Amino acid sequence: MTAIQETRREWLAGVVQRRGSVVVLALVVVISSVAFDSFATVDNARNIAMQASFLSIVALGMTFVILSGGIDLSVGSVYALGGVLAALGVQSGSVVGLLLPLVVCGGIGLLNGVLVAYGRLAPFIVTLATLLGARGLLLAITNEGATTRVMPRDAVLTKIGQGTVLGIGYPVFIAVVLFVIGVIVLQRTKFGHSVLAIGGSGEAAKLMGLPVARRTVWLYTGSGLLAGLAGALAAAYYASGVTIVGVGLELDAIAAVVIGGTLLTGGAGTVGGTAAGVLLLCVIQNVINQIGTLSSYYQSVVSGAFLAIVVAIQAYLSRAHLGRG
Amino acid sequence: MTSDQKTPELRPPGWKAPNMSRDEQDPPTKRRNARLLQDYGVYGALLLLVVYNLIFTENFASLTNINTQLVQVTPTLIAALGMALVIGTEGVDLSVGSVMALAAALLPLYLGYGLVPGLLIALLGGALCGLFSGTLVAVAGIQPIVATLALLVGGRGLALVFADGQLKDIHNKTLLEMGSGKVLGIPIVVLIALVLTLVVGFLVRQTTFGRQLVAVGGNRSASALAGLPVRRVLMVTYVISGMLAAIAGIVATARLTASDPSSIGQLAELAAITAVVVGGTPLSGGRVRVLGTVAGALLMQLISATLIKNNLPTSAALLVQAAIIIVAVFLPRLRQGGAA
Repeated sequence: MTAIQETRREWLAGVVQRRGSVVVLALVVVISSVAFDSFATVDNARNIAMQASFLSIVALGMTFVILSGGIDLSVGSVYALGGVLAALGVQSGSVVGLLLPLVVCGGIGLLNGVLVAYGRLAPFIVTLATLLGARGLLLAITNEGATTRVMPRDAVLTKIGQGTVLGIGYPVFIAVVLFVIGVIVLQRTKFGHSVLAIGGSGEAAKLMGLPVARRTVWLYTGSGLLAGLAGALAAAYYASGVTIVGVGLELDAIAAVVIGGTLLTGGAGTVGGTAAGVLLLCVIQNVINQIGTLSSYYQSVVSGAFLAIVVAIQAYLSRAHLGRG
Repeated sequence: MTSDQKTPELRPPGWKAPNMSRDEQDPPTKRRNARLLQDYGVYGALLLLVVYNLIFTENFASLTNINTQLVQVTPTLIAALGMALVIGTEGVDLSVGSVMALAAALLPLYLGYGLVPGLLIALLGGALCGLFSGTLVAVAGIQPIVATLALLVGGRGLALVFADGQLKDIHNKTLLEMGSGKVLGIPIVVLIALVLTLVVGFLVRQTTFGRQLVAVGGNRSASALAGLPVRRVLMVTYVISGMLAAIAGIVATARLTASDPSSIGQLAELAAITAVVVGGTPLSGGRVRVLGTVAGALLMQLISATLIKNNLPTSAALLVQAAIIIVAVFLPRLRQGGAA
């Protein structure tokens, strides 16, 4: 193989890695629009955006954690806990309703970060423990899951969850703003660059003098905060702190991040890709609902198959990438 | 470590290290203690808990209660045996819960042709799942977490598709007898778990495959350079894990007297990983502790049982489990000379 071919292949590999999810998303949307009359409607687009907003906020935090080479399994439980705490706190005012989930969920993230960074424990197992712990905390404050607190209709927090501008819900705007901030942080700030450096090689980053441990603590705290915020917004949208939500949400978030082209080994990936990954998962779910004759169980089959194909392609591409050396 | 062990010989008797932290003064003893704690801590904790229950819990020592506890832990234990092997290769198998559900869904489809075809198809399903993850890990070079995550997401969906989302009652007498029957007072499912434990223990300690597995987990590239069939070892490991998960699914179905793919195996992967980690198998691979895994599974079961008997709620059980996992993974850190 000549040098030029090799370079072109490498270039292609990079493009597919970074933009693949967007291309596939566009394809799926175009095909679905042609195939189903009810797909390309304003109402349906609103639905998809609303569904995607909560998952995308969780996936945003997960993106940064995975970029640094870690993983956060606790987000599903933390998301549920955030919702329950918001419903609990809002009884004493909307400010408490928003701060309570953020403080507690941020605290759980902080605990994850400290154990990973200073305890030097495997992120997988630390966050598995907090997955159980956060769920336990949730059950403890809801009378073992028997109490579902309803949020008052007229509370400001409830209105943030349910209000709309031009028919689009506030949570969608919040998610978009957070993603814009996420893109800027990753691409334009020292923090973002150091996250990529840590994910590329934690050892090298440390030798270069980067405050690896401190950054890691921030990353997990951020992931906890975002999961708690997403849970609080979802609770506001549904006007109640449902105790059984969020089981397996961490897996959806990880799947979205990986489908979005972020390497699970860390060090490479984009925030925009994650947005495309989340939308792709939500569109697939929507399309399967549209088909109607297919049972909704196919949704997870398709998502799983999708994930397997994407990671297989990724593995192939990253080998093509390294092939030069 | 070596230098630490040698230095005392050079020192005059009664010599004391000036101005050193306790940690540095006597590292061999401290590390030996940490090692003992990591290797035998789970047995000690189990023993303590059993003694506590013998003294304070009524009817704990009754045969009925012991059988109940053992039967309850069986599916987790069987899945955890496969998980221990996978973790030994420095991997992890998140799909075991979904594979359990898939096996449970496949079982009644062919039960009409008799028990053996039903069991075989369920086992085959588990083996194929293992082959799928194994191929992604060994051939495509995908990290175990993602490879098995794909199957975790897709597997349960597939199970629900096969079962049409419905719970199916099991009417096969032999299968029901397997779920609730006893031989010499011991439940049959417990005997199955016992046999599987012995088989896996034998596999790890006495066979070439077992040695290769540990070698691959300890250092994959060195194993490849040494000419070990790394890919084959990984594939076989995931296939074994898939088949054990299928057996766990069959056992759970037999006990439940119904195939319920939406509930069977929910979060079983987490329970299995917990049992393995608490049992002292390091996540970094290169070591498989089969008996430790059994003790880990029993310990977690006994903890929830004890908390429930003392009227402590599920929330408390979850928090205690979380704390125990953290402690279990912290112990190897002590052994490496203290956390940073």
